[in-house]
Amino acid sequence: MKAILGEKLGMTQIFDDDSRAIPVTVIKAGPVHVTQIKTADTDGYDAIQIAYKELASKHVNRPTAGHFAKANVPPSKHLVEVRVDDAAEFKLGQKISAADLFEAGAKADVAGVSKGKGFAGAMKRHNFKGQGASHGAHKIHRAPGAIGACATPARVFKGKRMPGRMGSDQVTVMNLDIVAVDAERDLVMVRGAVPGSKGTVVVIREAVKANG
Amino acid sequence: MNTLDHIEAAYLRDDVPDFGPGDTVKVHVRVIEGGRERVQVFEGVVIARSGGGARETFTVRKLSFGVGVERIFPVHAPIIQKIEVTRRGDVRRAKLYYLRDRVGKATRIKEKR
Repeated sequence: MKAILGEKLGMTQIFDDDSRAIPVTVIKAGPVHVTQIKTADTDGYDAIQIAYKELASKHVNRPTAGHFAKANVPPSKHLVEVRVDDAAEFKLGQKISAADLFEAGAKADVAGVSKGKGFAGAMKRHNFKGQGASHGAHKIHRAPGAIGACATPARVFKGKRMPGRMGSDQVTVMNLDIVAVDAERDLVMVRGAVPGSKGTVVVIREAVKANG
Repeated sequence: MNTLDHIEAAYLRDDVPDFGPGDTVKVHVRVIEGGRERVQVFEGVVIARSGGGARETFTVRKLSFGVGVERIFPVHAPIIQKIEVTRRGDVRRAKLYYLRDRVGKATRIKEKR
């Protein structure tokens, strides 16, 4: 699995060869450093841990600083574990940039934490239909309606979709086209939107369902 | 959007003339018909410019056989061969949507001098 950490910079549009406008999200991806290597022998599975966004050393506590020092990597803000087929291919402290992993034309999945929507009603949160604007509807235009039957079962079923906190969820958008990779500035441009606001940390990985 | 300026910069055209709402323009648009490319001219009054950077667009309104036609072009679109400004209009607002409700003499725009 190829994967890299990055930061959403925002959206814009570019024109393709047929002069069609393509909406793109620009992601500052990496470079990341390998901070830990997990192998089947030691951990039961193969994975690497990657670190993104260097920090001043005063911002990490001593145990964490020791973890980075072991890999000879500058202290970083974000750590993520990525499953790989063969962890032996990687070296501790190895630097990985976006251009090493991705190229324009490939597909990618992008995962991140979506924008928080606060306490949202059933219409916004679960796409309920709401109720009539007229025909005698009074103060219940956006209400969810009935939430169950009467004496049987005499309770509301667990998992009943109701108003509540919405957003700030881990969301993965799959099969986004990679429009361009800028090796110089460590930028990846994908077609379409990705979760979160500007500055959200996202994981870009090769599309797991690219072949249907 | 300052962080994206340097990305958009590669897609910005440098041959866009200075024009704004009220101006009459001729937009030369490349049209591909059956594998053949030709240029179509859309002439009318610019009634709005909106957006910024690579996403900036402008709206051109004209009267075609008595029917108002509006077309929105991205300012930096490669399909535009060139933009010609034929008349500078003197208007007091940025969006001339009021022209949609007017016909004939009332749609005249003062020329800038």
